[in-house]
Parts: sequence; structure tokens; C-alpha cells
Amino acid sequence: MTDTAAMKVSDEVAIDIQGMNKWYGTFHVLRDIDLTVYQGERIVICGPSGSGKSTLIRCINALEEHQQGSITVDGTLLSSDLKNIDTIRSEVGMCFQHFNLFPHLTILENCTLAPIWVRKTPKKEAEATAMHFLEKVKIPDQANKYPGQLSGGQQQRVAIARSLCMKPRIMLFDEPTSALDPEMIKEVLDTMIELAEEGMTMLCVTHEMGFARQVANRVIFMDAGQIVEQNEPEEFFNNPKSERTQLFLSQILGH
Amino acid sequence: MSDTHSHSVAFVRHDQIPAAPPPAGETGPLKWVRENLFSGPFNTVMTLLGLYIIYSLVVGIFPWIANSVWGTENIRECREITQGNGGACFSVIEQRWQQLLFGFEYPSTQYWRPTTAFVLLFVAVAPVLFLNLPRILLVFTGLYPFLAYWLIWGGTILIPISAALGFVVGYFAFKRLEHNSFATGLFGAVAAAVLTWWVTGFLVGAAPGLIALPEVASRNMGGFMLNMILGTICVSLSLPIGIALALGRQSHMPIIKWICVVFIEFIRGVPLITLLFVANVVLAYFFPPETSLDLILRVIIMITMFSSAYIAEVIRGGLAALPRGQYEAADSLGLDYAQATRLIIMPQALKISIPGIVNVAVGLFKDTTLVSVISMFDLVGMIRGPILSSTDWAGVYWELWAFAAALFFVVCYGISQYSQWLERKLQTGHR
Ligand SMILES: Nc1ncnc2c1ncn2[C@@H]1O[C@H](COP(=O)(O)OP(=O)(O)OP(=O)(O)O)[C@@H](O)[C@H]1O
Ligand SMILES: [Mg+2]
Repeated sequence: MTDTAAMKVSDEVAIDIQGMNKWYGTFHVLRDIDLTVYQGERIVICGPSGSGKSTLIRCINALEEHQQGSITVDGTLLSSDLKNIDTIRSEVGMCFQHFNLFPHLTILENCTLAPIWVRKTPKKEAEATAMHFLEKVKIPDQANKYPGQLSGGQQQRVAIARSLCMKPRIMLFDEPTSALDPEMIKEVLDTMIELAEEGMTMLCVTHEMGFARQVANRVIFMDAGQIVEQNEPEEFFNNPKSERTQLFLSQILGH
Repeated sequence: MSDTHSHSVAFVRHDQIPAAPPPAGETGPLKWVRENLFSGPFNTVMTLLGLYIIYSLVVGIFPWIANSVWGTENIRECREITQGNGGACFSVIEQRWQQLLFGFEYPSTQYWRPTTAFVLLFVAVAPVLFLNLPRILLVFTGLYPFLAYWLIWGGTILIPISAALGFVVGYFAFKRLEHNSFATGLFGAVAAAVLTWWVTGFLVGAAPGLIALPEVASRNMGGFMLNMILGTICVSLSLPIGIALALGRQSHMPIIKWICVVFIEFIRGVPLITLLFVANVVLAYFFPPETSLDLILRVIIMITMFSSAYIAEVIRGGLAALPRGQYEAADSLGLDYAQATRLIIMPQALKISIPGIVNVAVGLFKDTTLVSVISMFDLVGMIRGPILSSTDWAGVYWELWAFAAALFFVVCYGISQYSQWLERKLQTGHR
């Protein structure tokens, strides 16, 4: 496997978050988040449970509303304007911890639904695209099954293929492997590594530190709603600056 | 080794003998009876009690069927024949089946019309019920309401045609204006439809006799036909209205949400019979006297309101049962609200709600008999009124009510079987 972290990253800004704050009621979940992601970057976000990692990446495609600051995705400013939200969502793919495939549709229909209805792609073309991506995640032979008939790892790979069918420029992953058995984790990670090698801009919330070392060009550590530290993986793991990062790393790498 | 052994030891058999049959009482029916029916004092008592109840039922019902009388003119002739042997007097059904099915004022020469409408109903609902039939059949489903109206009520064919035309024009207006905004589309559609009806109204007025069937007034509808009309129309109207109410109740727009909540809670808090009395008496005051809104129409409005509130609550349960991840996945793929609702949310919510919806539909169908209380002569009204109070058939309760029960049972059991089949068919995952 080539060292993808050393790949040259462009200067084009993919996501720009400035002074972003978010509250759930009176609970301050995200505090003064500043984050700039360049096209082609692979960023891994980690941090203790409840630190706001999911909330942060869900703000990027407006699954959650932020109350203060600005989020710009691919030059589109995220506001309450529904048109902008739809534009951003069709540029940004997302994979969830629990896959969230549509159980009443076949694998193929799961993959063609959004291209047909959102992008207005002709059905034949959408199916061809879907088969292409299903082959890429190595499950073309399951195309006519229903999600309930697949293993967790297969379902998550379908979910990745489903997002890719929209030809997104950015992919968000929220703990894509944490609901999976160990032997399935690898197949999903392999798919993600392949995606990273092709230059996809990725933001992954994950605790797979091996994946972070191999793929990420930047690791972000969050705690209590703040970005505490960010660095290249080697520096981040070998030389953590803040105490909270050291504590966190010793906990997840220690045992 | 074994050879020498069997030769040297005389009492060892040479061959394996086949297994002997177990003693009687340890096999077959006897064993089954002992294990399942008499396996303890409690089970024994229950078995004997059950046998006694079955025996009493058979002894009670058998003579009723076996000695039943057909072909007499009235109940007195029946009584002469049965001489108190307990036989049923099914002659009443033979004599009055037309009234039981069509009411006593629907012209008997025209029975073929509701009958045809009834048969075509199956053709119309088939593509809705069986998703693997060709979709083109839905065109007939769309035309059916107008066709059925023409068949049952009669009059010139121009009336249903112009009614259908209004909907078609409205639909195309909506398609043209939809991309501006949903509201513009809706408003334009309504305006276009009303305009069409206004124009075609002159045509109908000019040629009232063109391809006309003899008209039958609404008050002459009766019998089981009336139950079928009310049941079919109200169920098919209350399903879309119920879906809209359930979605409205979840809306983020406070006005829409509160309208739906108030409507649902109000309707659920009021007995159907009250609403029917309202339809009968009070609603007439709301409309200008010359409009004289049909009683059937008023009843349809009330029953539809009633059942759509219930269906809305059933569907709300289905919506609540969907994991939030489904909404999020739909959102994250860029589907808008209408697409997500139609393609992702509703198919799953409706699937979960099938048993509840069928429950409401079956209940609603049976509740159509309540219209007999506001002096409409549906099946129950026919039996209670004209037939039982006639000198010929006063006192033939069992036969008539058994007939009514059988008719309703066939329809309701059919609906229930269909829904179970559908649930099995839609089973796509082990969740
Ligand atoms: N809908 C909500 N309403 C109120 N509080 C919420 C809501 N969603 C999340 N929170 C709170 O916000 C905080 C951050 O949640 P978030 O899901 O972003 O954490 P996380 O870092 O992803 O944690 P985990 O690793 O457990 O997934 C948590 O304390 C959580 O309790
Ligand atoms: Mg999380």
C-alpha cells in the first residue's frame, strides 16, 4: 500500500468553517470551531464519547443546524436557504454508523434512487453507474437482494456505494465501522482506503488508529466541543501536544 | 469375530429383527388424543366441556339448516311446513333478496347497473392491490369512479365525462405551474378545474339526454349496495386524507400542525353516530337551501372525516416507528421533503401500518350500517324496517340477520386475508 498521507494536497478549499458554535437548548455542544479542509484531504476526527464529533460532521451537510459562525462547502454558504442546503447535500456524501440503507428497496434501487430523483439521471444510466460502484465495493452479485439479507460489512459497503453514486466531491463518515464485527471492519476500511487513494476529500470520525496512520494526512482531536489539537498522523500519535490528547491516546492505544 | 461369537453362543440372534410396532395406544390417533386432550385432570375437564359445547351447537343448528324451508310466500306458510321442528325459513331471502341487495326503490329493471359497477370494482382495485399487474390498468382505476357514478346514479354520460375532464385539466395545469411553487400549482389546478366544470356545465345543460341512463335519486339507494357504496368511497377517500393529516401533524409549520391536531382530536372524541345525526339534520343548515346537498353525500363527508382521523393516527404510529436514520439518509442524499416522504418514509410507514389501516377499514365498512339510524335503508335498515315490519315476514329474525352477517363476513374476511397476504409479500428483511 502506498503512503497516501504523503500525497500532495491541493490549495482549493473544500470546506471552510469559521467561528462556528452550536447549542442543544442550553447545552453548548460545539465551541468556536475553525476548520479549513482542502480538496483531496483525508481527515480523521477522534475524541472521547460526547465530544461533539458526530455533531460537527453532521453540521457540514446540514443534518444539524448551527447557530453561530459560517460553514462554506465548495463555495456554497450553508444557510437556512433550502436551495443551498440541497446543493450542498448533493455534493457531500455521508455514511452512518448504522448504515441507514432503505430496507424496502433492493441494493440496486438503494443506489439508483437519489441519482434518478435528485440528479434526474435516466434509469439505465443510473443503474450502470450503480453497478460500477457496487463492483468497486466488491458486491455486484448482491444487487437484487434486500439490505436485510446482507451482512453488516456488506451493508456498509453498499452505503458507501450509494453515496458514491451521487458523484460527491466530499465524503463524510461517522464511525462507519463501530457497529461491525472485527472481521468485517477490514473489508469496509479497505474500501475507504481505496477511496482515499483516488483522491476523495474525506472526513472520518473513527477510532481506527491504524486507518488514521495509513490514510489520513491530518488527525483532529476533539474534546468537550472544541478542536483541541490537529496534526499530521505521525506527529499526532508520537508527539501529542496537549495533556487531554495524551490521556485519550494512552486510553485507546494503551490496553 | 462376530461369526464365532454367534455360533458359540446359542441365545444370540443371527439377524437384526425389525422393530416391532409399538403397542396400540402408544401410536397414531389414540396417542395423540391422550397426549393432547387428556393429559391431566384440567385438560380432561376442558375437553369434555368443549365436546359438550360443540354437541349443543350442532344439536341447535342442525335442525335449523336440515329442516329449512324454501319457496313459501310468507312466514305463516313456513310455520305450517316446519310445524315447530325448528327449521329455518329461508324463503324470506328468496323473496326479498333484491330488496336486501339494492333497497326497495331501486328500479328492478336497472339492477344490472350496480351489479356491473360491482364487478368492475374488482377490475379497478386489482392494480392497486396487486403491484405486479401492469401499471397501465391504473388508467381504468382512475376512470372507475366516474363510470361507477354514471352506472349507479344514471343521467347523461356528459356529467361524469365533464367531471373527469375537470380533474384532467387541473392535473395538467398543476404540472405546468408546479415548478414555480407547489402553492401556485395547486391554486392554478383548482382554478382550471373549476373553469372547466363551469364551461362543461353549459354542455350538460344543453344536452341532458345524451347517452343517458334513467336517473335514480340518491334516496332510492339502499340495501347492501348502499353499504358497499359508502364503504368503498369512504375508505378510498379517507386513506389519502389520513396520510395528509398524519404528515400535517408532524409538520414544522405550526398552523398546519394545529389544524391537523385539532381536527383529529375533535373527531376522535365524538361518536360516529353523533356525526351522522349532524349530517342528517345540522349540515343542511350550513348550505343554502337551494343546493340541497344529497344526504348520501353528507353521510360520506362525515364517515370519511371520522375514519380519516383514525387512519391518520394509525399512520402516525407507523411514522413514529421509523428510525430517524431513514430520514437522515434521505436528507443526506439530497432528496427533498416530498421525495423523501413519497419514496422512503411513506412506503415503510404504510407497511408498518397495514394491520391498523385494515382494522379501521373493516370497522368502517361495518359502521356503515349505522346509517340505518338516520333512516337510510341500507342492509340493516332494510331488515329492521320494511322487511321485519311487513305482515308477511314479521318475526324471521335469525334467517335475515344470518344473511346480513354472512354478507359482511365475506367482505371483511376477504379484506383481512388480503392484508395478511400483502404483509407477507412486503416482508423484505429480517429486522
Ligand atoms: N439531539 C440532541 N439533543 C440534545 N443533546 C444532544 C443531541 N445529540 C447529541 N447531544 C449531545 O451532544 C453531545 C455531543 O454529541 P455527539 O453525538 O456529537 O458526540 P460524539 O462525539 O459523536 O460521541 P460518540 O463518540 O459517542 O458518538 C453529547 O453530549 C450528546 O449528549
Ligand atoms: Mg458520534
